[in-house]
Amino acid sequence: MDRNRLQHQVACMRRSLFDQGYLDEPFIQLEELQDDANPNFVQEIVTLFYSDSARLIQNIEHALNSRPIDFNKLDDYMHQFKGSSSSIGAKKVTNECTVFREHCSAENAEGCIRSFQQVKQEYAILRRKLEVYLQMVGQAAVSQTA
Amino acid sequence: MNFSCGRGAMSITSSSAAWKPADAVADQFPAGLRVLVVDDDPTCLMILEKMLRTCLYEVTKCNRAETALSILRENKNGFDVVISDVHMPDMDGFKLLEHIGLEMDLPVIMMSADDGKHVVMKGVTHGACDYLIKPVRIEALKNIWQHVVRKRKNEWKEFEQSGSVEEGDRQLKQSEDADYSSSANEGNWRGSKKRKDDEEETDERDDTSTLKKPRVVWSVELHQQFVAAVNQLGIDKAVPKKILEMMNVPGLTRENVASHLQKYRLYLRRLSGVSQHQSNLNPPFISPQGATFGPLSSLNGLDLQALAATGQLPTQSLARLQAAGLGRPTAKSSIPMTLVDQRNTFSFENPKLRFGGQQQQHMNNKQQINLLHGIPTNMEPKQLDNLQHSGQSIGNMNMQVASHGAQNNQNNSLLMQMGQPQSRGQVLGDTTVSQSPGHPSSMGQPILSNGMAANFASRNGIPENIGGPSYNTVSQASSTLNLPLNFPMNHASELPGNSFPLESTPGISSFSSKGVFQDVSSEIKGSVGFMLGYDIFNDLNQHKTQSWELQNVGMTFDAPQHSSSLQDDLHIMQSVSVQQGSTVQMNGHNRSAAIASKAMFSAGDIKEHGNAQNVNQHLNNLVDNARRVKSERIYDTSPANLFPDHFGQEDLMSALLKQQDGIGPTENEFDFDGYSIDNIPV
Repeated sequence: MDRNRLQHQVACMRRSLFDQGYLDEPFIQLEELQDDANPNFVQEIVTLFYSDSARLIQNIEHALNSRPIDFNKLDDYMHQFKGSSSSIGAKKVTNECTVFREHCSAENAEGCIRSFQQVKQEYAILRRKLEVYLQMVGQAAVSQTA
Repeated sequence: MNFSCGRGAMSITSSSAAWKPADAVADQFPAGLRVLVVDDDPTCLMILEKMLRTCLYEVTKCNRAETALSILRENKNGFDVVISDVHMPDMDGFKLLEHIGLEMDLPVIMMSADDGKHVVMKGVTHGACDYLIKPVRIEALKNIWQHVVRKRKNEWKEFEQSGSVEEGDRQLKQSEDADYSSSANEGNWRGSKKRKDDEEETDERDDTSTLKKPRVVWSVELHQQFVAAVNQLGIDKAVPKKILEMMNVPGLTRENVASHLQKYRLYLRRLSGVSQHQSNLNPPFISPQGATFGPLSSLNGLDLQALAATGQLPTQSLARLQAAGLGRPTAKSSIPMTLVDQRNTFSFENPKLRFGGQQQQHMNNKQQINLLHGIPTNMEPKQLDNLQHSGQSIGNMNMQVASHGAQNNQNNSLLMQMGQPQSRGQVLGDTTVSQSPGHPSSMGQPILSNGMAANFASRNGIPENIGGPSYNTVSQASSTLNLPLNFPMNHASELPGNSFPLESTPGISSFSSKGVFQDVSSEIKGSVGFMLGYDIFNDLNQHKTQSWELQNVGMTFDAPQHSSSLQDDLHIMQSVSVQQGSTVQMNGHNRSAAIASKAMFSAGDIKEHGNAQNVNQHLNNLVDNARRVKSERIYDTSPANLFPDHFGQEDLMSALLKQQDGIGPTENEFDFDGYSIDNIPV
């Protein structure tokens, strides 16, 4: 594919990710950290995030399914998850986490369950988008070196 | 253990080699700053590592607090600053912060996604030099070197003032204590003073720095001497100068003692704070009427002995209680009033509770004990949770033992009774202390008073603790045991293995391995000195909370502990406020205090103590680490050695010296390192 076109597509997709609120400032920090020493830094971080957060998602699921619900533990897990997601700039995911935590402190089980669905949804959407985006980035990079 | 610790791109050897030429290094500062970053979140950890590398820092990352502490202990001078997350699974970040402050005296930066005021405040009160909100930006990391420089600068200033401070000390002390006689002490310092007077300023500085720079290793014996002196003097009169006199250890400076005293006080305060929480959690008991003030003394001996014999009460704590009991006349009823008043003064603590309120219902709370130890009962639940959390790991402390079975109750009641006279005395002491502003006081006593206070308060009808006091007492007793007090360490070995959470690895092991604790307790006996004591107390208290929940047998224990703690806090506040006034930039570094001769604990003595039974792994490691500590010289003969092996020492020094010139004499005569914990209203 034409390099310029590819790069242009990458830029467009990136822009839309930010404009639509999927990504936030911290993601830019990640991009800036990427350099020759770590040419795939962003990809590595995103991969690490998704593999590590899967564990947290599981913990939250488990906690939500147990009766009685331990809201403290739930909040704890979600706090960790939120910290993680915010560090990569996953804006929508982080926002849903905030909603979840509000329900948690109110000990609103139903609210928690609902908002957790939202969290998972945003989490999955972002994952797909990032996969596409990073793949494009990779292709553009390759085309540059070619 | 799943942790990754790697020194960035450079190996340790290569990194140190890179800094040989001081001048070249100086030019590069802050590049090469050695940072240890601790975070259980691998994503954040990796991002931080990358960011720090981009800042040209030398990064070591860890995903567990315990690992971080091990690393720090093994490389005492291997790091310049630590960045740690607040919420970690194996250890609360604030606890790690405390440990680092006490053991290594490094600047610690906390970070968290939580930006709630109370959490940030906790960072401040626990001595963090900064608090970063996640997600952390690289810009925030670029300036962390300032904390390193600031801390060194303050330490340097402390040394500098140590000589000239003597005079100020004397004047101040005299105002506080009519009996103050510094003649003996003066003799000790005459030489250094003369030197200061006779020589040039630069020479003076050199000498001063040479004299005072070597780090004091607070070995077990040394700490025992220290505690003995403190106990002998009495909390209200335990000023560094006098303690120094009594200890009569050649080469020990007033600053060494002052610094150590402050830490000791904090430690005791924490204990008392913990106790309070625990007491409060329990359902209120009726105050034991006709409390055993009188017969307590006899009870003391009896019960304590019995307890010690049964292993319920560590011998050391027994000795301590006895000493405390003997030293303290029965308290009078007037005291409670003071306590109550004091309690009220600390009402600001309530809002504090609110902040952290949500989680505290359960023992699972990982948060650190509230910084305002000894503050009223309201804090309890939160603290209890904290305690509970940390206490769990310790497991089989006396407290827990006490929590099961009637005999414990009995012991507790006995202890309680025994504690009473002590608490009274304590209260008195505290009261006195509070009256003399700036007089660091009751640090030494709080431990005892915790339990006692409970009794005391109950007597006064203050409805607070519930079954806590007895536990507190016990725990305190045990905790005191852990402290390398002046009590025969040997006793520790006699104690049943599970009686103390004496952990060789201050804080760390106590949190994590129950088994270890048991072993350690029988051996270490306050081994690693002070640090152990801190943790032990903490742990003990925590366990206490657990036991309380189980127990609640007709014991009436209020939260007189609160009172005593309040007193302590009051004192601390006083001293702190003074200190704050004096040290301009203490910030959260109070702990680091400007005193280069930090109390370093040499675990070397542990083995010599003859309880080489099963020195568990932690203990061994700890001992080794402590041994390496020995006498570190923060400043070598060359005054520019601020960052040994690293940055342009001379350049830094000259910069600092310049700054110091501009800084007027600070009243560093107080025996505090400048903990500004208590007088920060939430």
